[in-house]
Order: sequence, then C-alpha cells, then structure tokens
Amino acid sequence: MKKSNNNTLFPAALVRESLRQSFIKLDPRLLVKNPVMFTVEMGTLVMLVVTLITLFTGSTGQGSFSYNLAIFIILLLTVLFGNFAEAIAEARGKAQAESLRKTREETPAKKILAVGEIFTDEVKVVPSSRLKKGDLFLCETGDVIPADGEIVKGLASIDESAITGESAPVIREAGGDKSSVVGGTKVLSDRIVVRVTTEPGESFLDKMIALVEGATRQKTPNEIALTILLASFTLVFIIVCVTLKPFADYAQTPITIAAFISLFVCLIPTTIGGLLSAIGIAGMDRALRANVITKSGKAVETAGDVDVLLLDKTGTITIGNRKATNFYAANGYDAKEFIHHCVLSSLADDTPEGRSIVELAGGEVAAGLSVTGAHLVKFTAETRSSGIDLPDGTRIRKGAYDAIHSLTAQAGNGFPAETLATVKEISGNGGTPLVVAVNGRVTGVIELQDIIKPGIQERFERLRKMGVKTVMVTGDNPFTAKYIAAKAGVDDFIAEAKPEDKMSYIRQEQQNGRLVAMMGDGTNDAPALAQADVGVAMNSGTQAAKEAGNMVDLDNDPTKLIEIVEIGKQLLMTRGTLTTFSIANDVAKYFAIVPALFVASIPALQGINIMQLHSPETAILSAVIFNAVIIPLLIPLALRGVAYRPIGAGALLRRNLLVYGLGGVIVPFIGIKLIDMLVALFF
Amino acid sequence: MNTELLGVIATYAITLLIAIPLGRYIARVFRGERTLLDFLSPAERLIYRVCGINPREEMNWKQHLKALLTINMIWFVYAFFLLVFQDRLPLNPDGNAAQTPDLAFNTAISFLVNCNLQHYSGESGLTYFTQLFVITFLQFVSAATGIAALIVLFKAFREKTTTKLGNFWEILVKTNTRLLLPLCVIIALVLAFNGTPASYAGKDTIVTLQGDTVGVSRGPAAGMIAIKHLGTNGGGWFGANSIHPLENPSYLTNMTEAIAQMIIPIAMVFALGFFINRRKFSYIIFGVMTAGMLLLLIPSMMSEMNGNPAIAQMGIAQPTGAMEGKEVRIGPAATGYWSTITTIISTGSVNGFHDSTMPLTGLMQLVAMMTNCFYGGCGVGILNYFVFIIIAVFISGLMVGRTPEFMGHKVEAREIKIAALVALLHPFLILAGTALSSFVITRQPELGWLNNPGHHGFSEMLYEYTSAAANNGSGFEGLGDNNIFWNVSTGFVLILSRYLPILGPVAIAGLLAQKKHIPASAGTLSTDTVTFGVMTMAVILIIAALAFFPALALGPVAEYFSLYL
Repeated sequence: MKKSNNNTLFPAALVRESLRQSFIKLDPRLLVKNPVMFTVEMGTLVMLVVTLITLFTGSTGQGSFSYNLAIFIILLLTVLFGNFAEAIAEARGKAQAESLRKTREETPAKKILAVGEIFTDEVKVVPSSRLKKGDLFLCETGDVIPADGEIVKGLASIDESAITGESAPVIREAGGDKSSVVGGTKVLSDRIVVRVTTEPGESFLDKMIALVEGATRQKTPNEIALTILLASFTLVFIIVCVTLKPFADYAQTPITIAAFISLFVCLIPTTIGGLLSAIGIAGMDRALRANVITKSGKAVETAGDVDVLLLDKTGTITIGNRKATNFYAANGYDAKEFIHHCVLSSLADDTPEGRSIVELAGGEVAAGLSVTGAHLVKFTAETRSSGIDLPDGTRIRKGAYDAIHSLTAQAGNGFPAETLATVKEISGNGGTPLVVAVNGRVTGVIELQDIIKPGIQERFERLRKMGVKTVMVTGDNPFTAKYIAAKAGVDDFIAEAKPEDKMSYIRQEQQNGRLVAMMGDGTNDAPALAQADVGVAMNSGTQAAKEAGNMVDLDNDPTKLIEIVEIGKQLLMTRGTLTTFSIANDVAKYFAIVPALFVASIPALQGINIMQLHSPETAILSAVIFNAVIIPLLIPLALRGVAYRPIGAGALLRRNLLVYGLGGVIVPFIGIKLIDMLVALFF
Repeated sequence: MNTELLGVIATYAITLLIAIPLGRYIARVFRGERTLLDFLSPAERLIYRVCGINPREEMNWKQHLKALLTINMIWFVYAFFLLVFQDRLPLNPDGNAAQTPDLAFNTAISFLVNCNLQHYSGESGLTYFTQLFVITFLQFVSAATGIAALIVLFKAFREKTTTKLGNFWEILVKTNTRLLLPLCVIIALVLAFNGTPASYAGKDTIVTLQGDTVGVSRGPAAGMIAIKHLGTNGGGWFGANSIHPLENPSYLTNMTEAIAQMIIPIAMVFALGFFINRRKFSYIIFGVMTAGMLLLLIPSMMSEMNGNPAIAQMGIAQPTGAMEGKEVRIGPAATGYWSTITTIISTGSVNGFHDSTMPLTGLMQLVAMMTNCFYGGCGVGILNYFVFIIIAVFISGLMVGRTPEFMGHKVEAREIKIAALVALLHPFLILAGTALSSFVITRQPELGWLNNPGHHGFSEMLYEYTSAAANNGSGFEGLGDNNIFWNVSTGFVLILSRYLPILGPVAIAGLLAQKKHIPASAGTLSTDTVTFGVMTMAVILIIAALAFFPALALGPVAEYFSLYL
C-alpha cells in the first residue's frame, strides 16, 4: 500500500472528477454551509443580472457590458475555485480509501454453512460481499481473506503487505490479542476459521470514506469557531459595503454595483473560506496516507492537542524483546561449562530470550550439544523459572533472582555473595538478571538487556519540544523501567504496569486538564483506549480494542502516534496561517479599490492609490482577479499542510506571523500591481 | 529641546510615575490586602448595612452582570427625572430651565454610560443641583461600574477554575471609597487653589476691557472637574469644557487634568499584572497600548505644531503652529497631546476645539476612538482590549497547531461568538449611524445640521457617532446636534455600545474561568510575549481600523490630501 501511495497532488483522473464536482457544488443548498462562499455566490448572481441588464438595455450607467461580464466571470471562478479545492481534497481522500477497499472486494469466500445456530462442516464458496456479521468462513494456505474478522479456530501466518506494506508475514491465532484479521490480506500457511465482525459497508474504511465524502462529515469544534469568526468578518464587510452607499451619495459619487460587489468579495475572507473544508479533508487524507484510519475528523484535530503520550515499551521504545548480552559464571565454576548449561537449558526454549541466549553463545556451541531424551520444564507463573532435566539427571533451572533463591534454599544451599552483587549490578544497569542453577546450586547469571530503538531519543526530544510528555508503560520492575526511561529519554514511566494502571494514569492526567493519547492492541487495553482522548488501536489487535479507540493503525506501528500528533498540529496550523493570510490580504485590496471607487469625484484621493494602478476599472478587476487566483494557488498548501516545526510555540508563531501575516500584507500589493499592468493592456 | 515638547513628556512621565504604584494599590485593595486607607472600613460597613449588602456573598458572572444592569437602570430613571424637573428643584441661582425630554434622555444616558456627550451647555442647560446630584454623581458611579466590571474579569483569571467572582456591590463601593473619592479630593484641591470655582454663588458680572458687562457662570465646579477627568468621563462644567479659563485656568491645571484622566486607565493595566500575578502579561499589554498611543500621538502633535499649509500659503508665519481653536496658555503641543489621550481613553474632555484641528489630527482622533482600547476608559479599556486578545489568541493558537487557550482555558466557539459579536458591534454602530445621518442630510439638506459641507461635514457626523460608540463624548462641534434626531440616535448608540462591550468580556471571562484549567506546556502559546503583543496589535489594526477605511477616506483622508497635495 505504501508503495502505491500516489504523491502527485493532482492526478488527471481526479482533476476531471473534481471539475465536475465544482459545478455540482454550486447548488446554493450545499454552499450555504460555507457562509463566506455562499455570499460570494449571491454576489455572482447579482452580477449576472446586472450583466444581462447592461446587455439588453445597452445602458452604461453601471459600466460597460464587457466590464460587468468580466467581473461576473471572475466572481464565478472564485466560487468554482473554492468548490474545486473541496472537491479535489475529497477526491484524493476517496481515491486513497477506495484503493484500500478494492483489495478486498469480491474475493471468493469459503463460507461455513450453518443450520440455524449450528455451524456444519459444509463449505460453500460465495462472493465476499455476501458475508454478514457473525458468519464463519474458512481460509487455507494461499487464500485471500475476504472480510475483516476474528479468528475463532486455528493459527496462520498471514501476509499483510497489501495493507501495511510490510513484507514479513505475521502470525495470527485464535484467542488472545492477535486474533484479528483484515480483509484483503493473504494466508501464507495453515488454516483458520474466522468470524466476520462487520456488516458489509460498515467497516472502518467504509466509515472513513463516508467521512471524506462529506455526507457524514461534521465540523470539528475548532472549525465551528473559525467559521463563526469568518462569518462575523463577512458581516463586518457587509456593513462596510452597505453603509458605503449613503456615504457615496453624500459625497455625490456614483458607485457601480460591480464595484460594490467587488469590494465586498475582496474584503471577505474568501481565501480561507474557499479552502477551509479542503484543509479538514486533507488532514484526514494525510492520516490515511500514513495508514491510519480515523473514525472522525475531530480525532485528528484532538491529536494535535495531545499533552501526554502513553507508549508501550516493547516494540515502541525497545526493539522487540530483551536479548542476552553477557554470561557471568559464579566463583568456582568453569565459564565454558556454565555457557554449556545455559545453552542446554535454552535449546528447546522457544521464547525470544531463550533464542537470544543460544545466539549469544554462538552456533558452534549449540551444534555440539544435544537435548535428546531430556525433559523440558516450561516456565510457569508459580515457579517463575524454566529449564531442563537431562537424561543423566542434571537439573538445570534459570529464572528470576527470587525464584532461584528459594529453589536453592530448598535444596539447602546458600546464594553466593558475588553472584548476588552481579545480580544487583545488572538490575542497576537496566538489565534483567537471569540466575542459573544446576542441581540446586547457583552456577552463574545471564544478563538480559533491552535494546533501545535507534533514533527514538531524537523523536522524544522532538515531542518534548512540541510540549508532549512521553510516558513509557512496561511490565518491568521500577529499577529497570527507570533505567530504560532515562536511556530512551522518556519523561515518565509506569513500571510493573497492569491494564488498570494505564487507565488510572490516563484518568489522573485528564483530571489535571491534559489530553492523553495511547496506542493499544489487546482486549484489556480497550477501556484505556476508550478513556484516552486519542486512542489508536493496532489493526492486528482485537475487535474490542478497535471499537474502543478512535483511530486504527493499519501498520501496527507503535511509533505512529508521533506522526498522528504532527498531522493534527499541521491541520490546525494550516487553518490558522491561511486565515491570517486571507485577512492580511485586505490591506492591499483596500488600497486598490477604495481610491478606485472615489477618485473620479474626489481627485485628492489619488493620494491613497499608492500602487499607482492604471484606472479605476483595472484596479477593481485586478483586485478581484487576485482574490480569485490566490485560491487555486494555495490549494497545494491546503492539501499538503503547513509544515510543523517543533521549535516551541513562541518561535512558531513568530515564524508563521512573518511568513503568512507580513507576507499576506505584502504579496497582494505585488500581485495586484502585476495583474493591473497586464489588465491595463486591454483597457 | 522645545519647552512645549518637554511639557508633554513631563506630563506623560508623571502619569506613569503615579500609575504604576497606583496599580499595585488597586490590586491590593481588591485582593483584600491591607492598605493605607483601611481606616475607611467602618464607613464602608455602614454603607453595606444601610443598603442591606452582604459583602461576603460571592457572585458568579451572571449575577454580577444582573446587579450591574439593575443598578444602572435605576440610575438612569433617577437622572432622567431630575433633569426634566430641574427648574423646580433647589440650587438654581441662575434660574435655568428644565431639559426637554429628548435632551434629558440623551444627557442621562450619556453620563450613565461614562460617555458625556453633551448636547447642552453647562452654564444654561443644568442647575447646580443637577450638576452635583446627576452629573457628578453619575461621573463617579459610571467610572466605578466600568472598574468593577474589570475587577470581575481580574477575579476570573486569578484562580485556576472558579465560579466565585467576588461581590459586585462590595467592589462598586470600594471603587468609590478607596479609589475615586480620595484621588478626587487631591485633584479638586489642586484645581481650586489654581482658580477653578468652588462656590454655590450664581453668575458673577465683570466689565471687560471693551467696557461691556458680561455674566460669568460659576458654581461648585472643582470637584466635578476632578472626577470628570479621573473617571474618564469628560463632560465639562462649562460648555467650553477644559478650554474654558475657569475649568482649566493654567498650564499647571492642564497638566493636572491630563494626568488625572490617564492614571486610572494605565494603573488598571498594571493592577491586572499584580492581581493575577502575571506582571509580564501586563507589561506586554502596556507596551502594545503605548505603541498604539504613540502611533496616534506623534502624527497629531507634528501636524499641529507644524501649522496649517493653507495659512502658510497666504504668507502668514505660524511660529507657534496651528492655533485655530487653541488656547495660547496651553499651546499646540499640549493640545495635540490632550486630543490624543482624550480620544484613546474615552474621556472626551477637550482643551482645544477638535473641529479645528488639522485633518491628520482629526483622523488620529477618529482612529483612536475606533480602536478604543489603547489604555481605554476606566475599566472598559481593558475589557475592549480583552476582546481583541481573545480573537488574537484564537488565530495564533491555530497558527501554532494547538486548540487556542487563554490563561489555561480553552477558547471555543461560544467565546469566539461573543468576542466576534462585540468586535462587530463597534463598526456596526458607527457606520450604520453615519450612514443614516448621511442618508437623511443628503435628502433634506434644509435640516441644516452641517455648518461645513463636503468632507469636513462628513467627518463631523462620523465623529459624532464614533464618539458615541466609543463612549467618548467629545465632538466636532460644528455639528448642530441638539435636536430629536441626534439626541435619540446617539442615545441608542450610547446604550448599546456601553453595555454589550461590558457584558461580552465579562461573560467570556466567566465562561473561561468555569472551564478546566490546562497546565502550560512547551506547545502552549504564551500570551506574555512580544510576539503575541504584535499579534494583538495586528488584530486591532486590521479589525478595528480596516472596517473604517472607506469612511475615513471620504472624511479626514480626503481633507488631508485636499489640503496637502
């Protein structure tokens, strides 16, 4: 999926569709939701009437026919450009979602037939669109999974690259937190029975597409507040333009309807008005491009406000699991023999720790040893140790310090002091000591260490500059947790975390007024995901987790939260900067239009024609042309978003104020002057 | 350096020297800490007992506003009836007539809302009784109303989350007893000792050098003139306001009055910082307001001191600058200074005729009242500024990628709605009023309101509504404004532009204070930085000034270019 991401902003097919949509969106019933553009449309209609009147009556009291026609066309273009911005954002979002959805449409499904409530062994091949929630289907090696579901029986390795772009297969099995499968992915081996969890057309992707299409799109709180502000600006300028009529009458200056409407359209914030919904849709689209499905636009926006980020240690901060890094034989034991014992106890041990011990010892050591006939002792929560009983009667055990300590004590042996010192030292360094005992005697310690992901410290530093506090959640003891937290550069940690600890931490932060984001996959994460302001469920997680969160990450990448926060910030920033730009533009437009309105009857006002525009007509035309063309020029920025830089709020404001505020004052002066020079060639 | 300029600089410097400690004192008074004037508490307790006030009863923002509006309504009725029946009341040695109902409506409203637009002349339009018990009384309580509303806002931001914002009656009483009365006593004494009348005797008669016998009005004026400035009221005892040689006898009284009108507005800015323990926030606000003042002040003073080019063309030297409508004892520099401060802080008293100032100065006076928040009137200046802060916070919050917050509270749709409404109201009232009067006068020029046709006549109408909407009270006096049209239309502008800009900010502050407090992080936009100050300034200039661009172009801007180009 990642590879197929289309990074050109305007693919030809989308542009054609968007152009069509731009005209459909002219329907005033649709446009009324956007008060700024709606008033422009009303102005355009008035201009249409004026143009027709000048055409049929031939009167020039309102200016020439061609001048009125030109204003009418430019105003119409202004509305169309705004509509186009929205349409292209929608089309891009839709195309992105459709391409995800296409991967699982109309795949044959091996539905398990049921008689009443009871499922039989009979299997019938049906199209995936016929599967309903609750149906069971079978998938065998080589099958494409037809629908989202939960494995009820079996285990399989699955290729999820169609969704995540990650080529390494993943294991999914019934029960536990890895039971969820996604439509469109492929079973590489084994056989699973899956229960369908969503009705056709109600999957997260379907919901997302509906959001992008605008049918169910609701304005976010910030968007509502901004719309109010923009509407009141519009109202101010309605007042300015309406009252101008008696003012002009008093000054005995006739003003044409075209000039009134042009002044009004130029003053109201059409730039941001035309781009506002495009910005919102583009935000969701950017999330989708990062392979995150959002359930509402609000979630993306909230992500930008997040103050606290809860991150699981494993997979996010450290690579996978702990690895063995050192062998420490106890006094009086041969180091080589100690390593042999360690390897022997781990050869049949399939845990990542076990494998890493074999790895550390080296392949040749393992090759020379055999565990045939031995009895494997699995790790249990009670003994908190594992090991092996060899055919010759040697009992090797490895486990946590206290487990082995009681084991040796039972056998009547003491715990060597220098080994205890090693254990403490390893713990102090953030490692996990694994004590090894042979026949009830301590023979040494294996050091296990967490490997911190490269580059993660920089990401936390970046988050800190954004004002986001990072919290590591781990099952480790407080010592280890503290060490890793310090090394990775997180701000806080929850050690020996149980699911309810996450929940209470989130509640406490929220009580202090902070917004919390977290990522989770398991069913036991669901309450915390629901409690968090931004809950990102991994796609591999359980259905309960996905339902509880407000976003789903298709990549199952725990560092994704960081990206989501940036997307949220970008969304707000793009709105803020374009609003500033739009309003700052008014300064130049005033200086273009106001002298043009009055200069005929009050020649002294030539003094404020600081741009030295050619004539009143060209001045008004250039201002409206600038006002129209700035919308399509800014569409790329609206779609891509203003780049977020974690340089602190003050510096960021300074920067954006310079670029979009001061820039917004200066650019139209230059733009209008240039357009005027061009227009002057025709008038 | 020019002595005239030195005089202006000294005036401003003394203002600051008084305002800063005064700000600290105000914060202490309303935080309930010990102050020098604690010996007044028994008197205050007596007032509470007589009025049945429980000063410890905490009110939320709605109760505050209800109390504020109720007491203002009562004051209005009281003032209106005294003015209509003043001819039958005592203390009328000159036998002045009663006010007509429309004039009484305008006068009562005008003083109630701290505007002091005067469509009458003090010598003949009022009696000593109404001067004291209507005009002076309202000058005290209207200033106290504005300050009390601002104190409610202070209280809203002192606590992290609160609905308890103090007791309105206690704040109102203390504003009078601890702040306005003591300062007035001092100012009135300075004025009285420098020649301002303080007597109950009627008109005096003098024989002029020409040998004419002239009646000179007098009265207990010193105290009224003190509160007129201290409370940023501006309505004069005499018709000619502080131009009158008895209202403003010397350069010293001129300085005193100029200082008196500025100290509370500036002190309130510093009081904010002391009160909520965010001094830097105060300094930034002060910086923006001062920058705004200088932007208006410097062109005004320069154009007044440089003289009139039309007179220069006639070959007449103007070594003292443009002297039309100015007093020789005061001079163009101090008159230019006064014309700016009286318009930015909504006093509206004048020491020279604004109608006669140069076009650029007139423009600056208008812009000062259109922005209406550089220091601003007693209490209400910061309330106006607060509306712009909210809008600036919103836009700049978005610009840094975070839901906007102010003082740890999220600014959301409801607050923006109120702020936008209040910001919108000001241009609406001014432009709609001017449009209405332009419409009427264009069709019925025989009404004869305008003594000056053309751009200046337009400026006069624009000025009248701007002054009313800014609750300022000064005027371009060429306008014939004592008739039903102007009395009633400006009366309504006065009411709307007084109460909505008080209700709005207090409501926003109350709503914000109820919300959960969010601790600041590195991503939070701090409002006490220079950048944010610049942002606020930009919002003020673009929103408050730009809406008036076309109107200004037809008035003073056209006048300016006609005169200079």
